[in-house]
Amino acid sequence: MSATRQPSMERGGWLRFAASGAPLVALILAVAVFAPWVAPYGEAQFVGGVWDPPNLAHWLGTDNLGRDMLTRLIFGARNTVTLAALATALAFGIGVTVGFFAAAIGGWIDALVSRAIEILLSIPVLISALMVLSVLGNSLPVLIATIGLLEATRVYTIARAVARSIVVREFVAAARLRGEGLVWVLLREILPNALAPLAAEAALRFSFIFLFIASLSFLGLGIQPPAADWGSMVRENAQAINFGLPAPLYPATAIALLTIGVNRVVDRYLAAEARP
Amino acid sequence: MTAGPLLRIEGLSVHSGTGVALVDDISLALDRGEVLGLIGESGAGKSTIGLAALGHARGDCRITAGRIMLDGIDLRLQSAEGLRRLRGRRVAYVAQSAAAAFNPALRLIDQICEGPVRHRLMSRREAEARAIENFRVLGLPDPPRFGRRYAHQVSGGQLQRAMAVMAMSCGPDLLVLDEPTTALDVTTQIDVLAHLKTLIAGSGTAALYISHDLAVVAQIADRLLVLRRGRLVETGPTEEILARPQTAYARALVAERTAVALAQPASQAGPASQSGPAAILEVQGLAVRYGRQDALSEASFALVPGETLAVIGESGSGKTSLAYAVCGLVPGHAGRVSLAGTPLAPGYARRSREQLRRLQLVFQLPDVALNPRQRIGSLVGRPAQFYFGMRGEALAQRVAELLGLVGLDPALAARRPGELSGGQKQRVCIARALAARPDVLVCDEVTAALDPLIAEEILQLQRRLQEQLGLAYLFITHDLATVRRIAHRVLVLWRGRVVAQGPTAQVLREREHPYVKQLCASEPEMRRGWLEETLGGRAAATAAEPVQYPHGN
Repeated sequence: MSATRQPSMERGGWLRFAASGAPLVALILAVAVFAPWVAPYGEAQFVGGVWDPPNLAHWLGTDNLGRDMLTRLIFGARNTVTLAALATALAFGIGVTVGFFAAAIGGWIDALVSRAIEILLSIPVLISALMVLSVLGNSLPVLIATIGLLEATRVYTIARAVARSIVVREFVAAARLRGEGLVWVLLREILPNALAPLAAEAALRFSFIFLFIASLSFLGLGIQPPAADWGSMVRENAQAINFGLPAPLYPATAIALLTIGVNRVVDRYLAAEARP
Repeated sequence: MTAGPLLRIEGLSVHSGTGVALVDDISLALDRGEVLGLIGESGAGKSTIGLAALGHARGDCRITAGRIMLDGIDLRLQSAEGLRRLRGRRVAYVAQSAAAAFNPALRLIDQICEGPVRHRLMSRREAEARAIENFRVLGLPDPPRFGRRYAHQVSGGQLQRAMAVMAMSCGPDLLVLDEPTTALDVTTQIDVLAHLKTLIAGSGTAALYISHDLAVVAQIADRLLVLRRGRLVETGPTEEILARPQTAYARALVAERTAVALAQPASQAGPASQSGPAAILEVQGLAVRYGRQDALSEASFALVPGETLAVIGESGSGKTSLAYAVCGLVPGHAGRVSLAGTPLAPGYARRSREQLRRLQLVFQLPDVALNPRQRIGSLVGRPAQFYFGMRGEALAQRVAELLGLVGLDPALAARRPGELSGGQKQRVCIARALAARPDVLVCDEVTAALDPLIAEEILQLQRRLQEQLGLAYLFITHDLATVRRIAHRVLVLWRGRVVAQGPTAQVLREREHPYVKQLCASEPEMRRGWLEETLGGRAAATAAEPVQYPHGN
């Protein structure tokens, strides 16, 4: 496959590769992993004045407390991406498991679980999250568990729908007629065929969770200071706009770029899957 | 209008996106009012040529060489807009699946009238009047009001005819019919075929008739073009090819049907004597209901080892319900199913592993019966692993042995189903069923999705396996030819009821129930004039003996 793609690379193909979002996402992930090594200063280190303009020592200037903006962005990538990845993993672990079982068992169990989840779906996630976090406090595990569980309801609907379309196919009937157990049917017959739509959904869900964390942080319920995250950086520096300073635009741009990047990657993946 | 043939294709070649030649250097000419039959198995390039006559190539295929002249217009030189103006108006297309061609959300008449109105050929009122006239020609019920229905409110045979009306709505010079009766039951097919013939003859339209069934094409086509793998095998007048096929391939196609007509029913060789071995599968008073609808009522039969019982009926007759109930896939059924004297639970979930092993099901569509993400080796090996605990080298050997048994190269074990042909996939399904060492094989229309020659190979394979392994077959089919070739005994289902049952030869000879009579008469024969004779005979019979027997359209 890569052999046939090679010629197109030469004819401006690099531009298309860059536009695919993959390099952008890879760059942000690399920065998140190696944050302590690539960041020029410490995460909560005061190094300059309030909202210093960009200069050689501080490429993107400083923030509302005189901390290096680039450093905060790099650590923010680490905190936010890790949190979003864990919450996505939790949402998928729960949503896919319950969704698959409901689809494969069917009957009143499926109906009961599905109606219960629909009740949860009818409440906006932000409202539920605000309620839970204000009662339980917003430590990192509570934050991950809350977001993971709330998003699991969305994953459930997708996973169940995908599994239901596979369950009715005859190779599943063949496995059941053989006497195979439910877990074998789920893992060996259904999961491999559901992987493509679920992977696409995972990447999209990651974007949503990422934006969700940013909104929570913006409201002061996400990651707590002095830890940096992109959402709270927008909030902390929002006042700078009044003085015509670009400080809040850097974290906002970072959020936009990661979201766009992940979505581009998903689009490419889906297009490749759709091809015969 | 110009002189010369209406459609002239010269040196046409079509290549797929990966550079495979789908059609290679084909030339043909079609006069006004003439019907040309394109015949061959799947992959022969029939549909590709049919679409090329509309100046179209499917997906990422490309027309790479040749000229396509429609009434003096070179279609390859036309712009997209030019082609749009020709399509529907000068050349129209009738697809195999009418259900997929109609928008389910719009009334039929709105879709039928769209073409002529959009092409500004006639007003909506004129278009409707014309459509109603054609509904009448095609024998559709209540022509003035038929068009107000939606696609799901009419039967498959009616929808296929509605699609022909849509294709004729602009009065095209050329009609491309792509397997228009293939998806229909034989008894319905004969009606649609007769009506299409009347329609074509009445309008003076030329037609390209595409089919894999020579006996069907023979009823309607003046000339034939036999294709194989994108190349021309033989061409000539229909009578000429039927009487004196020149090439080996055309001879095989002709013989495929002729052999059926001449073959002695297999019943005498069967082991089904009254004093023979005890029944392996016994079914008593089997009935299936879906909601308030009776899908099957009161079916009883017994099957002894080494015997084949065919269950035949049109779609909706309850034959698949019968097979699924026997296998336990329809838990809510009444009646008793016993395997080797032991009654089985109605649902498969309550049957023992040993009971499941002894009764194996082979599905109709191998494409969906095999998990596309697993390799052939694990698909075929899983039952051996599951029931007999085989693993490692022993399992690999068993897989190779099973693949050999069904006539496949053991090297295919490393492939995935998507890399195999339809016939190969059905062999894999049979090998998987055999891996369980079953006593009874329930075969649900196993050859229905295959080309006739491939289907014949599968039937031969199954007969050989029966002799080697002493298997009992419960064989579900809608094809009488299949019954003749494989079944010792036959059970005829009509609207959920058993209307005839007994040794194949006897049932087909006596034809006691009118449905059996009609079924036997609807099987296309490889000669011209059969269609008219049969329809004439049917009309005479109805006139002489007014049986209240509705046609399954």
